[in-house]
Amino acid sequence: MSYVVLQDMFYIALLIVLSIPLGIYICKVMTGQRVFLTPVLSPVEKGIYKIMGVKNDEEMGAKKYTAAVLGFSFIGLLFLWGLQMLQGVLPFNPEGLKGVSWHLAFNTAASFVSNTNWQAYSGESTLSYLSQSLGLTVWNFVSAGVGIAVLFALIRGFVLRQKSTLGNFWVDLTKATLYILIPLSVVLAALLISQGVVQTFSPYQDVAMLQGGSQTIPLGPAASQIAIKQLGTNGGGFFGANSAFPLENPTPLSNILQLLSILLIPAALCVSFGKAVKDSRQGIAIYAAMLILFLVSLACVTMSEQFLAPDFANVVSSGSMEGKEVIHGVGSSTLWASATTAASNGSVNAMHDSFTPLAGMLLMFLMQLGEIVFGGAGSGLYGMLAFVLLTVFIAGLMVGRTPEYLGKKIEPFDMKMVCLIVLTPPLLTLLGTAAAVMMPDAAAWLTNTGAHGFSEILYAFSSMGNNNGSAFAGFGANTVFTNITGAMIMLLVRFIPMAAAIFLAGNLAQKKAVAASDGTLSTSNIMFVGLLIAVILLVGALSFLPALALGPIADYFSSL
Amino acid sequence: MKELLKSLKPALYCFIIMTILCGVVYTGVITGAAQLLFPNQANGGVITVTLKDGTQKDYGSALIAQQFTKPEYLIGRPAGITNLSPVSEKQNALVRERTQWWHNLDPENKAAIPIDLVTASGSGVDPGISPAAAEYQVSRIAKARGMGEDQVRSIITKHTTQRLLGFIGEPAVNVLKVNLALDKLI
Repeated sequence: MSYVVLQDMFYIALLIVLSIPLGIYICKVMTGQRVFLTPVLSPVEKGIYKIMGVKNDEEMGAKKYTAAVLGFSFIGLLFLWGLQMLQGVLPFNPEGLKGVSWHLAFNTAASFVSNTNWQAYSGESTLSYLSQSLGLTVWNFVSAGVGIAVLFALIRGFVLRQKSTLGNFWVDLTKATLYILIPLSVVLAALLISQGVVQTFSPYQDVAMLQGGSQTIPLGPAASQIAIKQLGTNGGGFFGANSAFPLENPTPLSNILQLLSILLIPAALCVSFGKAVKDSRQGIAIYAAMLILFLVSLACVTMSEQFLAPDFANVVSSGSMEGKEVIHGVGSSTLWASATTAASNGSVNAMHDSFTPLAGMLLMFLMQLGEIVFGGAGSGLYGMLAFVLLTVFIAGLMVGRTPEYLGKKIEPFDMKMVCLIVLTPPLLTLLGTAAAVMMPDAAAWLTNTGAHGFSEILYAFSSMGNNNGSAFAGFGANTVFTNITGAMIMLLVRFIPMAAAIFLAGNLAQKKAVAASDGTLSTSNIMFVGLLIAVILLVGALSFLPALALGPIADYFSSL
Repeated sequence: MKELLKSLKPALYCFIIMTILCGVVYTGVITGAAQLLFPNQANGGVITVTLKDGTQKDYGSALIAQQFTKPEYLIGRPAGITNLSPVSEKQNALVRERTQWWHNLDPENKAAIPIDLVTASGSGVDPGISPAAAEYQVSRIAKARGMGEDQVRSIITKHTTQRLLGFIGEPAVNVLKVNLALDKLI
């Protein structure tokens, strides 16, 4: 247990130390300042703008910015959908895998375009090398890039005064991908390959087994995709078992690197935010709120796995090992599970379905909070900023003053957009769960029975309804109902809050700044952090306590 | 809507460029570098053994578990992924069944069985077991092979990986490598 605590502390310390310089770097990149990679990448960047026919200084208003986001994602959706259905007749398919069914291909396309990476398929038996690298790898990058772009549009909304434009989406997306995501992925992919993550276009290899018989070793261009899968809060495994699979995550070093990558960019963006609004304390306050929520969850998940595991006769155990790898044990598995559900990553290195009931509940709840405890690349922070505005608004109501944040008055239109960001995910999560439960053959999709069976459904829709992508994998997801309903939920829950964030930015940018006075609520002190956490927990608990009582809470009490 | 239609042309160009950049150039460069710098790791870490007659044979990957059932081999974790709740009846029954299997294999061993030997992993092909799980099997392997227990132990120790920096991850014994060494193939 002491190793586990030491490992967690080391992880947090390393995360904080790395997120500060990266956050400053990201802020410089996204605000057009010179960075150390500028001499190398700037010619490429200019070339890209030239081909696209985009002028660097061409500014977009909220409508145009939203249209660009939606147009770009729509093309990606169609391409990914078609690519998977046609993979059977396309090259780079050494295993001769057939085209994917229309509904599974649609679900997967929606899943990767929306940065969810929910997987109703198993990579090694479903997707060709072409579908993986030309389709999924690309959308691992750009869906994260879109999130970062929109975050900076929102930041500009706070910074700009009496302006009607928010920057240029094509420029933001290109900068985020070229200067941030690709360089980090190159470094991570190289390190992962050195540890034994596969990276090849050769066919799967049949080998002899020592005691007799033979087995197939699945291969593929995995490391390049896994690097961005971890960094871009994507989470879609190259192989079905995700980062539990040894060829995707072979050693303790590859594990800690992938773990760091889960939270690195979302954490760094808090630093970037403080830098960009020229008040680092604002970034620190949000970072602190996220960190507190994360640490409390981590402690509870770890303790549940370590101390609430069942006892079996004639078996000596320390913690629950079902669904966990020996090299990861309880410590690395619970740290990963907490990080991946706090961030909207969704990759796993252990099977969440086999976690003890209360640990499983916390993982669900971290997603149900709206993926704002670090959350997705960009999307986590703009979601969190919506909660910040909600908190400022509630505080304003209590003292009877017009609420303001970073010198901008928060008015009815802004609050409408905040409500769209905050309420869309819980609404769709619960509607999806309710619809699934009412399907006549729902029971046949489940591995577990009783309350844990309901948890499998609730987890699935919490995951899709918050763009996370992890699963209680005992849930048989590849059905027409879940593929189509889930795809629609993933798209709506990604793009409604995203559009709302851009329109919120557009509205804020037009406002004058108001000078801070004695009566202005400080949004960077400990009291505000506490208030923010309280509002987040209140919204989450009010939305989900009844459903959680039917699932993991009932599961826990019936196991006593 | 008008804005949306207008955005489609730059969107298409941007999409094509990003697909080439991240799908072709990035993946291609990483694959090339991997094959050049880490050819064994990048291709699944397959263990090639030179047999006594000089021929070469591939004996699987050190990262993917193989099934062993004979008493003279170190035996790994149950194969497959269950996704069962650890507190469910089904899981309890499965663990009891597996416990019985170990007792049948080695009736003289009255020690409590380490948990990893009676639970399935997350990958279904966990290549490792805990040092305690290896120690549990030492006496059986030594007896079946007519070797000294210390000899078996030294082979196990040789193929055990430790925690990174002393506290990251968990120590693990690589089952396949131990068995290849027991068979004097590596």
